[in-house]
Amino acid sequence: MSRRWRELVAFSLLGLFALGVLVALGAVLGFIAARGAPALSWEFLTAFPRRGMTEGGIFPALVGTFYLVLGTVIVALPLGVGAAIYLAEYAGDRTWTRIVRIGVNNLAAVPSIVFGLFGLAFFVKALGLGVSILSGSLTLALLVLPLLIRASEEALRAVPREFREGAYALGATRWQVVRSVVIPVAVPGILTGTILAVGRAAGETAPIMFTAAAFYTPRLPQSPLDEVMALPYHLYVMATESTAFWRTRHLQYGTALVLLGFVLTLYLWAAVWRARIRKGKRW
Amino acid sequence: MVTVNAARVERTLAQGEDVAFGVRNLSFYYGREQVLRDVTLDIPRRRITAVVGPSGCGKSTFLRVLNRLYELTPGARAQGEVWFSGMNILDRKVDVVELRRRIGMVFQKPNPFPKSVYENVAYGPRIHGVRRRAQLDEIVERALRRAALWDEVKGKLRRSAFDLSGGQQQRLCIARALAMEPEVLLMDEPTSALDPTATARIEDLIAKLKADYTVVIVTHNMQQAARVSDLAAVFLTGGVMVEYDVTKKIFENPTNKLVEDYVTGKFG
Repeated sequence: MSRRWRELVAFSLLGLFALGVLVALGAVLGFIAARGAPALSWEFLTAFPRRGMTEGGIFPALVGTFYLVLGTVIVALPLGVGAAIYLAEYAGDRTWTRIVRIGVNNLAAVPSIVFGLFGLAFFVKALGLGVSILSGSLTLALLVLPLLIRASEEALRAVPREFREGAYALGATRWQVVRSVVIPVAVPGILTGTILAVGRAAGETAPIMFTAAAFYTPRLPQSPLDEVMALPYHLYVMATESTAFWRTRHLQYGTALVLLGFVLTLYLWAAVWRARIRKGKRW
Repeated sequence: MVTVNAARVERTLAQGEDVAFGVRNLSFYYGREQVLRDVTLDIPRRRITAVVGPSGCGKSTFLRVLNRLYELTPGARAQGEVWFSGMNILDRKVDVVELRRRIGMVFQKPNPFPKSVYENVAYGPRIHGVRRRAQLDEIVERALRRAALWDEVKGKLRRSAFDLSGGQQQRLCIARALAMEPEVLLMDEPTSALDPTATARIEDLIAKLKADYTVVIVTHNMQQAARVSDLAAVFLTGGVMVEYDVTKKIFENPTNKLVEDYVTGKFG
């Protein structure tokens, strides 16, 4: 085989693989969209489920997911950004930081069901928070923490050295440099990481299954200690545990489409935002 | 082979001014690599002292010792003594925040913060506790005037510093340093990223600053050193200072053969 021929084969093969990824994504999206679209309506988004979930909408699940995600961000953002600032700005490269870093990486590798069981044992039972938005948010916060720490640390490290030197040379303390120069420059990167974390938290089922999610609630949650319905869990129970799951197929696809739409919109927003910031950067 | 004409430097120094930095046996290491070898010299106050030499001779490092900015580099280590207003600044007990307040620095590449023109200049006073608006306004205007930038930016103090040209950005960085009312201005190849016109303006500015500040300027541009400086220290590869004398003497009649070759452009 001539070299040029081999080159052509290799190139086409690799291109084909890349195309395969797109096809797989397109197939999933197209399938869900085609089956879910007919279920979408204003009522679907704003009504409670009716008749053993065979009719009505997903409003409480939407609201529940919103609360869970909000709680997750409130808990995980300060913790994640704080840890990232410590790792990127203060810690240097020591045995201790290496241990922290290994810990963060391992946290990222823990299966989500393990977080769910831990949440049940620790937040729900040991701390007595019960099955609640609070327990669920804390559990989800643990899940997205590594993602947030990594994204924030990366954003902090990407701040040009010249800015830091300029501030240090004026007699700024380390904290002043971090607070007034490094963090403002890193904020867009940190926020992109946060958006990605929100998308992740919104889509997870296993961590909230035992810690926050309810099969059905007749009304919206009144406090952080109430249990809630949530989109991914709602989808899961409709497909496996409801009384007549074969009759609710269109509602399941509708729910899946809403969840997918929510997460994809967030990711898209993050991507567009990141691209715009890159373009606007002039250093 | 170090030829410091102590007598001549001292004569210069005797003409009414004293020493800003007394550097004694300064050696410097990045890890195991030695970048400065046993450097000893006196830098006079209110004069422009140029530090020249080929790249890699340790001249930038030397400058970073004077405000201890080298500490930001992991594994960097300085040995010897550097005296500045009665204290050895290499002493661990020296308060670097206070030291850097008194010693301003301007970098190779203009590095304004991604903030407005005003906030760039006000940054230093702010972090050192100046809060009053009127006072900040006054400091900013004075610093910008001294840096010969006021007339060009007075109408756009709120605009991003990145809207300024490269030369304006560098003068903004000078203003940012001057806002601290420092005694010394360290300049690390301040014109290497600028075009000839912008360079000329900065050089004019440096010449004017001499009246109020001690200026130490690192440059690899021999003509620039000849144009702006009163004294020049020549470093050669390996971090050895081979000659230190009044600039005129170094350019017209250097003692050291290597220095002669270097300043006449035989290598560099």
